[in-house]
Amino acid sequence: MATIKLQDLWKHYGEVQAVRGINLDIAHNEFVALVGPSGCGKTTTLRMIAGLEDITGGMVQIGDRVVNEVPPKDRDIAMVFQNYALYPHMSVYQNMSFGLRIRKTSKEEIDRRVQNAADILNIGELLERRPKQLSGGQRQRVAMGRAIVRDPVVFLFDEPLSNLDAKLRVQMRTEIKKIHQRVQTTVVYVTHDQIEAMTLADRIVVMNNGVIEQVGTPDEMYSNPRTHFVASFIGSPSMNFTPCNLTKTAGGLAVRLNDDISLPVPEERAARYASYADKEMIFGIRPEHVTERRQHANGAQQDIDANVNVLEPMGIDTMVFFSLGPTEICARAEPSAVSNVGESMGFTVNMDKMHLIDPSTDAVV
Amino acid sequence: MVTATEVGGAATSPPLTFRSRLRRSVGPDTDGYFFVLPTVIIVFCLIIYPFGLAVWYSVSNAFIGEETHFIGLENFQYIIFEDDIFMLTVRNTLLFAAISVVVKVVLGLLCAMLLLRILKLRRFLRGAMLLPFVAPTALTTLAWWLILDPTYSHINWLFEHAWPFSLFDMGPYNFLGEPTLALSSVIFVNIWRGLPFFIITILAGLVSIPDHLYEAADIDGASTMDKFWKITLPLLRPVLAVIILFSTIFTLADFNIVYVLTRGGPMNETHLFATYSFTAGVLNHEIGLGAAIALFLFPIMVLTVIFLLRLVRRDSEYEL
Ligand SMILES: Nc1ncnc2c1ncn2[C@@H]1O[C@H](COP(=O)(O)OP(=O)(O)OP(=O)(O)O)[C@@H](O)[C@H]1O
Ligand SMILES: [Mg+2]
Repeated sequence: MATIKLQDLWKHYGEVQAVRGINLDIAHNEFVALVGPSGCGKTTTLRMIAGLEDITGGMVQIGDRVVNEVPPKDRDIAMVFQNYALYPHMSVYQNMSFGLRIRKTSKEEIDRRVQNAADILNIGELLERRPKQLSGGQRQRVAMGRAIVRDPVVFLFDEPLSNLDAKLRVQMRTEIKKIHQRVQTTVVYVTHDQIEAMTLADRIVVMNNGVIEQVGTPDEMYSNPRTHFVASFIGSPSMNFTPCNLTKTAGGLAVRLNDDISLPVPEERAARYASYADKEMIFGIRPEHVTERRQHANGAQQDIDANVNVLEPMGIDTMVFFSLGPTEICARAEPSAVSNVGESMGFTVNMDKMHLIDPSTDAVV
Repeated sequence: MVTATEVGGAATSPPLTFRSRLRRSVGPDTDGYFFVLPTVIIVFCLIIYPFGLAVWYSVSNAFIGEETHFIGLENFQYIIFEDDIFMLTVRNTLLFAAISVVVKVVLGLLCAMLLLRILKLRRFLRGAMLLPFVAPTALTTLAWWLILDPTYSHINWLFEHAWPFSLFDMGPYNFLGEPTLALSSVIFVNIWRGLPFFIITILAGLVSIPDHLYEAADIDGASTMDKFWKITLPLLRPVLAVIILFSTIFTLADFNIVYVLTRGGPMNETHLFATYSFTAGVLNHEIGLGAAIALFLFPIMVLTVIFLLRLVRRDSEYEL
């Protein structure tokens, strides 16, 4: 059983506190993605799990074993590095079999495992080549092959796709997902690309500034972000935020954006927001929940009108930017329903999907 | 560039100038040849001409102050079949080069890996280590001569007076007067002098091996020894081959150390090609013989170089 448990994990580099007290439980065969902006401590966390970095404080447990003092080679893990770290003087076959040869695995067994991994990864033809003679995508596969042949209990990936071009990245993303379905293991996958995290992971861990902001399934992260940071980080294009005032009205509560626009809060949320009445808050709404004028499904939809500032056609949808008070809002509209730039357009805001953030704590309430 | 007139229109083309004829025969970039001309002249004067002269002397009976005649391979016949000292010289040179290069490689690797890991005093140690290499050889060898001299030897003094050496009944040794000790001393000083070059070059090679390869190996389960034999050494091979090549050439042709320390003595037991050739050709005025001795080194060097170059070239094509 390869569970991973991180308990109050700290890492200092001299003055720099790269990781500040992380707690995380990863289940057997779970695919967990660590996401966050550059410098938030993802790599550092991963390297502490791998044993490549000393732990300043706290505990790392793999399976039933506390591995704080266990060297990487005895942790039964495999890691795919961002730059692949293939041995330049060895052929693909030698690269993949290196770990097995070190462990004195029998020749037949090595052959069998390398062939098997090569089949999974579709690199059977490349086994005699040197890393230099491979394309980026092929190197990436070899790096994964080197991890797969070892049949480790834990797979660690550090931004394995970030050196690939956009198209190949999408393709490899699917490959990784397929491979995980075939080769069941526990995976910790570091990326700063939230789409990669959303599509691959069973659970996503959003990190910021060395701490975990939120852990949850991709769905949870998308629909119920718990902090301002997570709300802004997950989703593409990212959520719109605009300052507002939560006012009491005859019917309940309303989000007052400016003198002209006040959007009533759906009834079922009124109780939740009651204690924030009359306070300055931040109103958040995703672009896909601000659409062209549509028929209302229930009482939660609200109509507003605004002048179109910028249009960004994406094919299936068009992103429409318009000003709302001090901020610019991005809406996602049906291309046929979009007005020209400068002209007025009607939008429908789905208040069922709204988020309200308390600026004093940055928490989503 | 080949222009249309040059290719097709021979009838209308103007008479060929020197430059355009040159261009026809050597290609478009004639200027390049003028740029290399100074080097060619220097190489000819300083290398090709003396080499040719040496070849001529080696098949002649050149003797200072006398007329020179062609005598065929007599000089070679003499040194190969009749000259005991020459045989000793061949043995010495091969021993000298083999031992000192091997020891320098091993010690160089060890010291370079130590220096890579040392964090304190790093700059100082790296600088200090270079001293034997940058100080003039003649001068430092003189110092060694003094240290090893039977009368003034510091080492013998230490063996006699300094604890704990004084507990054992060692020495005094005649470092430069006894054949085996003398050859050992010469080899030792050569190693002392050549080691810094190995250390600094190997260190540069080590620094260029990226850390992530070792991390990947760590995760693959490699021990420290595995990492050394399977990562460090193979990746250092191009660097090692080049310095072994250079060092072998310079060690085979070494002159200073032997000349200053022993002058080939005792009883011509420590001669190398260079010192023996100098003794025969310059000190004994038998220039023809000296040239033959020196030339004998040539095929040995060529073979060594070919062997080592093949070693370097053999699939060392990879980028880090
Ligand atoms: N060896 C080191 N010495 C000092 N500081 C370091 C070291 N390695 C990382 N840091 C610091 O620790 C913090 C976290 O770094 P880390 O590499 O974990 O970020 P990351 O989340 O992986 O970012 P990225 O997405 O850019 O890879 C950063 O502020 C970084 O500057
Ligand atoms: Mg990183």
